[in-house]
Amino acid sequence: MTKIEYVAIADQVDQSNHPSTFLTKYIWSQDHKVIAIQYSITAIAVGLVALVLSGIMRLQLGFPNEFSFIDPASYLQFVTMHGMIMVIYLLTALLLGGFGNYLIPLMIGARDMVFPYLNMLSYWTYLLSVFVLLASFFVSGGPTGAGWTLYPPQAILSGTPGAHAGILLMLTSLAIFIVAFTMGGLNYVTTILQARTRGMTLMRMPLTVWGIFVATILGLLAFPALLVSAIMMIFDKVVGTSFFMPAILSLGETLDHSGGSPILFQHLFWFFGHPEVYIVALPAFGMVSDVIAIHARKNIFGYRMMVWAIIAIGGLSFVVWAHHMYVSGMNPYFGFFFATTTLIIAIPTALKVYNWLLTLWRGNIHLTMPMLFAIGFIFTFTHGGLTGLMLGNVVIDLPLSDTFFVVAHFHMVMGVSPIMVLFAAIYHWFPLLTGRFLDNKLGKFHFWGTFLGTYAIYLPMHYLGFLGVPRRYYAMGDTDFIPESAQTLNAGITVSAIIVGLVQFIFIANVIWSTFKGKKSGRNPWQATSLEWQTADFPPGHGNWGEQLPQVYRWAYDFSVPKVKDDFIPQNLPSEEVEYLTSERNNDRGKK
Amino acid sequence: MQNDEQSKHNEAKNASSWQSVTNDWSADKQSFDMPWGKLMMWIFLLSDTFIFSIFLTSYMNVRMSVTAAWPNPSEVFALTIAGHHIPLVLIAIMTFILITSSGTMAMAVNYAYQGNKKKTVYLMVVTALLGASFVGMQAFEWTKLIVEEGIRPWGNPMGANQFGAAFFMITGFHGLHVSAGVIYLSVIAKRVHQGKYDHKGYHIVEVTGLYWHFVDLVWVFIFAFFYLW
Repeated sequence: MTKIEYVAIADQVDQSNHPSTFLTKYIWSQDHKVIAIQYSITAIAVGLVALVLSGIMRLQLGFPNEFSFIDPASYLQFVTMHGMIMVIYLLTALLLGGFGNYLIPLMIGARDMVFPYLNMLSYWTYLLSVFVLLASFFVSGGPTGAGWTLYPPQAILSGTPGAHAGILLMLTSLAIFIVAFTMGGLNYVTTILQARTRGMTLMRMPLTVWGIFVATILGLLAFPALLVSAIMMIFDKVVGTSFFMPAILSLGETLDHSGGSPILFQHLFWFFGHPEVYIVALPAFGMVSDVIAIHARKNIFGYRMMVWAIIAIGGLSFVVWAHHMYVSGMNPYFGFFFATTTLIIAIPTALKVYNWLLTLWRGNIHLTMPMLFAIGFIFTFTHGGLTGLMLGNVVIDLPLSDTFFVVAHFHMVMGVSPIMVLFAAIYHWFPLLTGRFLDNKLGKFHFWGTFLGTYAIYLPMHYLGFLGVPRRYYAMGDTDFIPESAQTLNAGITVSAIIVGLVQFIFIANVIWSTFKGKKSGRNPWQATSLEWQTADFPPGHGNWGEQLPQVYRWAYDFSVPKVKDDFIPQNLPSEEVEYLTSERNNDRGKK
Repeated sequence: MQNDEQSKHNEAKNASSWQSVTNDWSADKQSFDMPWGKLMMWIFLLSDTFIFSIFLTSYMNVRMSVTAAWPNPSEVFALTIAGHHIPLVLIAIMTFILITSSGTMAMAVNYAYQGNKKKTVYLMVVTALLGASFVGMQAFEWTKLIVEEGIRPWGNPMGANQFGAAFFMITGFHGLHVSAGVIYLSVIAKRVHQGKYDHKGYHIVEVTGLYWHFVDLVWVFIFAFFYLW
């Protein structure tokens, strides 16, 4: 019998086989950093498709009957694909597959994910799901037009665009995506739990890692509901079962279905769909916390509170799903229950907003590009969150349901806000990837265009919602209760939307230009404390840490510590090596 | 340094129950004293638990919402053997086989940690064979339902259409899990036989076992909710 010696990970020899060929280095790479970039590029590329789709939708809404290439069916298809791509294939993939992959091993001091091969499979499976999704544009009938919620029965009945091939490709693509996410997600959770470096306790991890960690757990527990409902809907469509299909009269014909429950699908979908909101939001919360602390040169206010708030939000997100279904009809006591749990989520969320503000309060705020976007996020998130409180109440939700108010709310809170953080994060971590800054002038233009532009889009939408303008309508037609001015407003929104869309291409140009020609940043340009900036090589190479893993001595937020020479102390700097201004040494300083 | 680490590791391992929980969660490096693969399997199984729970919850929901009569499972799943009409006999045998296979799996894990490769491989193969016979009987059961009783996913001569739909979907999904488990067991047994884990240790057998026990446990729930209700 062979006895296995216990060897701490930090002391194991670096066994990473450094890839040598172009193919193993950049294509079939098992390096988490390369996989992260592959994930990010794919997600952003498919996100641009969704951005263009939203532009086309806005053209139709702003100037109805002007564009002959948009008919009612294709309008619905664009709405559906825009929503699904943005939520799943862009935000989830970019935040977890992109930033999760890149930052987790670097921030916790690991050489790579625990199972790099599985991680690589995760990316290629994700790419397959994207191809299957995009293939639906090219099949007969086009992509599904059922709305991103895919509610049956209409999603699979003829009369809905793409009810034959489109919906099947969508469901298949989602199932493949879930497989990809599971492979990645298992890696992220296991890496965070088991592969931290010496000294990196859970309560010393940067909040970015905490956000990604809890979001991944949410994903692993919420995506099963989507998988199961996708399987059941595929059966309803292909095999002719009646899980979601009641007895139904469609286009004058009685269908072969009976006894199914469409409400069941709604419950399953939202049991996935609500945690999904936080799968997107929590990594964003984490990253914005780090950006704010670093660029305000101050420790994050209430670190422990922030961690527990992330965990509390994650837990609560599983018991609020039916607030998406108030109009589906439910027992009033259930409505009361779900309204209550929904409003309770506001407590940890508000706590986080206050903590961000209190971190800024009397901080040494550097208005760098990441900081601008982070502050922009606090605005957009507060606005989106407050309208969420309104919609969480049954009585307020009923009249506002299915109007543009809802559209404005969720775009503010889970569209614009995570995107603002993503931009903050990209501007912040770009030097780590390339050793160069993104261009500041183009960046400022990008920020103000995006920030003011999105407000110009979504603030008027709230007003449209109060007027009762319904969402997902191709055109309003002769509707008495909607005044003429609503159309003027819609035209204005469209102009802003086009401008915001174009500004994003400036950003893409900025990324491409700066990758090759940007200003050199040097090591640790933001003077951050967390491990990812303290690697042996800069930008970090394969294996991340050279011979030995770093040793961590403190939390990630030692900024502006009194009497210390520099205004930051890296996590891996031993207390003995911290340089003090006076001869008076205080050993307790900087320990946390 | 090395010895220091080692003693800290042992100390954390031997602490009293609550203290060891605290030690685990406040530790650096590893939150759980187990190999990476084992923890990953646990998390995967947690996720898979949600899949099966949602399948079963959906089935219960559908069963409650149908208007047509739900067939009596003990009649549907009865067999006539030697002139005797015995309800649920096949499913009782299948359940017995699957639970037995959990026993042989547990013994395989035990022998693996003792370093007894031969017995480990032997027991893993037995487990895989029991699993394969389970799948075989399931195929027999499906054939009987489809050919003799005329039950289809989209229709059912005995009442609610959803009976066949839910039955084929849930037992099918479970059957896929068992089949995957049989393949997984065979691959690992072969690799154990080849001595590929002599240096890494035999945790992998336990990880395989976790998956196998999970598949059995799920079966108990399917059995209870589908056949006994």
